[in-house]
Amino acid sequence: MNWITEHKIPLGSWMEAFVDWLTFNAAGFFDAISISLEWIIISMVDIFQWFPPFVPMMLTAAIAWWLHRSLPLVIFVVAALLLILNLGYWQEMLETFVLVLAATTFSVAMGIPIGIMAAHKPWVYTILRPILDLMQTIPTFVYLIPTLVLFGLGVVPGLISTIIFAVAAPIRLTYLGISRVPANLIEAGKAFGATPFKLLYKVELPAAMPNIMAGVTQCIMLSLSMVVISALVGADGLGKPVIRALNTVNISQGFEAGLAIVLVAIILDRICKAPGAKEEG
Amino acid sequence: MAAISIRNVDVVFGNHVEQSLALLDKGSSRQEIIDATGDVVGVHNACIEVQPGEICVLMGLSGSGKSSLLRAVNGLNTVSRGEILVQDGDQMVDIASCDAKTLQHMRTRRISMVFQNFALMPWMTVIDNVAFGLEMQGMSKPKRRAKAMQQLEMVSLTEWKDKYPHELSGGMQQRVGLARAFAMDSDILLMDEPFSALDPLIRNQLQDELIELQQRLNKTILFVSHDLDEALKLGTHIAIMESAKIIQHDKPEDIVLNPKTPYVADFVAHTNPLNVLCGRSLMTDVSELDTRDDMPDDMRVLNPHDNTLISVNAEGAVVAASRQDQPLNLHRWIDGQDIEDLAEGLLVMAAADVSMRLAIEIKYKTGLPVLLTESDKLVGVLLDKDFYHALLGKHFTVGSD
Repeated sequence: MNWITEHKIPLGSWMEAFVDWLTFNAAGFFDAISISLEWIIISMVDIFQWFPPFVPMMLTAAIAWWLHRSLPLVIFVVAALLLILNLGYWQEMLETFVLVLAATTFSVAMGIPIGIMAAHKPWVYTILRPILDLMQTIPTFVYLIPTLVLFGLGVVPGLISTIIFAVAAPIRLTYLGISRVPANLIEAGKAFGATPFKLLYKVELPAAMPNIMAGVTQCIMLSLSMVVISALVGADGLGKPVIRALNTVNISQGFEAGLAIVLVAIILDRICKAPGAKEEG
Repeated sequence: MAAISIRNVDVVFGNHVEQSLALLDKGSSRQEIIDATGDVVGVHNACIEVQPGEICVLMGLSGSGKSSLLRAVNGLNTVSRGEILVQDGDQMVDIASCDAKTLQHMRTRRISMVFQNFALMPWMTVIDNVAFGLEMQGMSKPKRRAKAMQQLEMVSLTEWKDKYPHELSGGMQQRVGLARAFAMDSDILLMDEPFSALDPLIRNQLQDELIELQQRLNKTILFVSHDLDEALKLGTHIAIMESAKIIQHDKPEDIVLNPKTPYVADFVAHTNPLNVLCGRSLMTDVSELDTRDDMPDDMRVLNPHDNTLISVNAEGAVVAASRQDQPLNLHRWIDGQDIEDLAEGLLVMAAADVSMRLAIEIKYKTGLPVLLTESDKLVGVLLDKDFYHALLGKHFTVGSD
């Protein structure tokens, strides 16, 4: 037994060496990613901030109405946003929103094609499954450290960590949706002469759409749940006041910032829920 | 030129096709092949020619390979060995060996399909479902909408065009399936138990509609069914399959009259043959009719008990008839005539290919045997015993060819 404890396998050191090697050899590459992503996010926040708060507010209300035709929802959205404005977290809210939007966009843009590929090629999914499990179960702080080293402090390591955490949802649900398309619909598509591309575009994707949309919604929620953790590595947004409140044991600030996060979560969830979901029961 | 020519086709599902085919050639049974390689033999050595305008029904129980064979014709199932030649203009294309592009051309232009469980796209409206195949052909939206509208008219579903499939009854959904297939303007139609999922009344109605559509459109139809009554009603030819093999391919009447194996005979025994059989198949031949020594040579006895007699002239035509020495009126049956016009005691002469159903109705009305003629010449008579044979299913003997 002693022999086992005395001969520790240096897994940690290997990982550290690997990250060091990456930083040393590919610093330029990671810097480039970091700078461009940071520029995208900061400019988006700037654009939103350039408008008076009422413009994004009305825009959100309009989207809510257009998607759901529900007056209570519209009233709730406007009231919640007014409350956030009143609490003084408007800018933080915008920063958080942009972070979630960016993380979701990247996750969905990567996740849907990967999910489709996994559904079509069983071996892809065999490889992918343990990786996805790992990405979702490994504690976020653990990969926060290397991303911090590689991308430096700021919004980018937060974004990357969020993507790592959230990308599994669209992959899994796209995979699920595509692989559960009824066989007879695939056969009908083929029998009427669909090419593989048309089959995907006209049969598989529409049939899997409810699942894919559920994946997108989940991805948004997962991204939002990373807000506080992203703040730890320096991402701006509603997470920052929460961290600050934690450090100064400031109950009132913590409550207000926490409430703002919850409101954003509810707004996003209600708006993104598939409009057809109600009919399907 | 046949529209579809299936030549020595084997379909094996699994990962050891070569090995399974070798076993098949050695005469191994399906079960032995499953045990040895894990592969399932769907179709073994199928040969059928389907002529243009025919409705060929593939008949068999579930697992007999009928659907597997049907699906091989448009390449949904891969043919392991053999050829499936399908007419494409002046040439024949081998579905089993053609490239993806040709296969896609055949599917979009030459062969369309109707599915058992309808297989309509649930997110599309009825009209878009009908236009689905046209969309695959690359037709523009206004054009394919217009064409789909015509097809919906044909199956009388125009006012349902903007509904979704789940809002329609099963019968209506399958009409949409039919319209989608007919919209393609392809000559060949594959129908995989299209009416099995429907209740009997609707099934019957759709069968009638199909027959009517077929008279107008004259497609070549390969139809899968597990119901011999349906096969007899629709089919111009029937191929009966049992454990992956075609065991008999014949016209409906020949299947009913001469089932080749006990398996087919068992099917036939549970069906109503009256719609299929014609008088000629069951009649007592004119040469078998009794004569009596105490009567002139031209007299024949139809019924010795009530002394029903006919006299036949030198050309073979019936010239007179009597019962218990009272003369009987002769009546020539004309197609389309009202059965109610017949009266008790009328001796009817009908064409030899009269359906047994009609012959029984005539017999019921007149109470007399039915004479069968061919260009005015008496060829046979349907006597009481012939009717009873038909009703009791004793009209055939297994394997007598």
